[in-house]
Amino acid sequence: MGIVTKSYEPTFWDKLYFPALIRGLMVTLRYFFKKKVTVQYPDKKHIPPDGYRGLHRLNKYSDGRIRCVACEMCSAACPADCIDIIPGPAPWEEGKERYPIKFEIDLLTCIFCGFCEMACPEEAIELTEIYDFSDYSRENLIIDRDGLLGVYEMTKNKNYYKKYGNIDKGLSVVEIDKS
Amino acid sequence: MDILGFIIILVKVLIVFAGTMLTVLIMIIAERRVSAFMQGRIGPNRVGPKGLLQPIADGIKFLFKEDIIPAGVDKPIFVLAPAVLLIPALMTFAVIPFGSDITIFGRQIALQVADINVGILYVLALTSIGVYGIVLAGYSSNSKYSLLGGLRSSAQLISYELAMGLAVVSIILLSGSLKLNDIVLDQQGYLFSWNVFKQPLAFIIFLIAVYAETNRLPFDLSEAEQELVGGYHTEYSSMKFAMFFMAEYANMITAAALTVTLFFGGWDFPFVNEASIGNWGTLLSVLSFIFKMGFFLFLFIWVRWTFPRFRYDQLMKLGWKVMLPIAIFNIFITAGYLTLKTVV
Repeated sequence: MGIVTKSYEPTFWDKLYFPALIRGLMVTLRYFFKKKVTVQYPDKKHIPPDGYRGLHRLNKYSDGRIRCVACEMCSAACPADCIDIIPGPAPWEEGKERYPIKFEIDLLTCIFCGFCEMACPEEAIELTEIYDFSDYSRENLIIDRDGLLGVYEMTKNKNYYKKYGNIDKGLSVVEIDKS
Repeated sequence: MDILGFIIILVKVLIVFAGTMLTVLIMIIAERRVSAFMQGRIGPNRVGPKGLLQPIADGIKFLFKEDIIPAGVDKPIFVLAPAVLLIPALMTFAVIPFGSDITIFGRQIALQVADINVGILYVLALTSIGVYGIVLAGYSSNSKYSLLGGLRSSAQLISYELAMGLAVVSIILLSGSLKLNDIVLDQQGYLFSWNVFKQPLAFIIFLIAVYAETNRLPFDLSEAEQELVGGYHTEYSSMKFAMFFMAEYANMITAAALTVTLFFGGWDFPFVNEASIGNWGTLLSVLSFIFKMGFFLFLFIWVRWTFPRFRYDQLMKLGWKVMLPIAIFNIFITAGYLTLKTVV
């Protein structure tokens, strides 16, 4: 293997430095007039791309039945162990016989890895594009079954941030049941 | 001196002082907004319309902050240092003519606070005193970072001031006077009578030296926040820090004004004889001066976000081995040309 020596001999033009300096100044000037990348967050909210792993939701069938059958695959898959499910007999006549009486996710423990939606055989649990759901207390950040179903209602048309994003409602968009 | 003359001078002092402080405020917001723009950001835009009141908010914050004097500092010098830096920075503007003569109630008033015979020497002397402020701040702070900053500043001073002085000498040779007013009048007429076209080499040397003089990037070795925490003002807080801050901007304003005066015809608007159109000419000249100064102030910020900082030894090398020989060569050429002109 031969050794490749790359040498750079600056020409007189290079040694003047000023052409290069002016080129550098032109770069910064171009950026001065360019469109700015900042999103002024609380005023304007960006819409995350598809596949973004934000707040969870529990999907429903079109007739309003909960898809979840409380098989606890998600809570088994969860590496953070943040899903708490108590199964029970479903109240409706037809279809699945099980459904979750209690379905709680501790959002502070959750790492938003998305394993739960991968593990789910019924495509019941999904991660949505909602990223702004902070709150003032830990209790408020444990989201229960009805809260998750509420998130489904808000995000099913994939227009959450178009619909709610620019309203200065803070975080109350996410209805979290405190019972 | 009559009472009226005294009042006129007082008013001029007030106008210049207020103008400088106003420009400092504008520079504080401009620095942040322009910096942001060049980095693709928006910058502060919350306080007041378009963020224009940001410097006021900053000022109030500085006023209400705790003034900490660390243990082990050389207290008298520590307190004195910001003033030593700020006062010369504000004083320098006194000799800079910022417009052609104005006639009010039949009285001709020169738009310059003091027309000193040795104006340019006054400027060079005062700007050199300003460096003492930095050195004293570094020395008295009882902090290694501050000391390094002050040390660098003094080393920087000797390496660029010579070249800067020599660049100015070639201008003095052309105009034959140390008065800044004469230097401006000498450049009047059409565009190419400006010194920048007669003395491009001197202009480049002067411009580079000015950046070292004002401790701005790429020569802000005495601050160098990445290496020296905050440089000479590491230990300062509250209004004392604000004074260093103001001094830096006041220095920039003076430096920009001086560059305009020496090389860009001062208040001269090309192809117009300001004296012939009375007070409208004065207005035009003042606006022209402000515009030119504004460009150089913008250039300060522009350069800051374009070039990386020079290393200590690189600055020495640039000052002693490049700028000084070129400046001497430039004087040689200028003097030779002038001698030939008189002989022939």
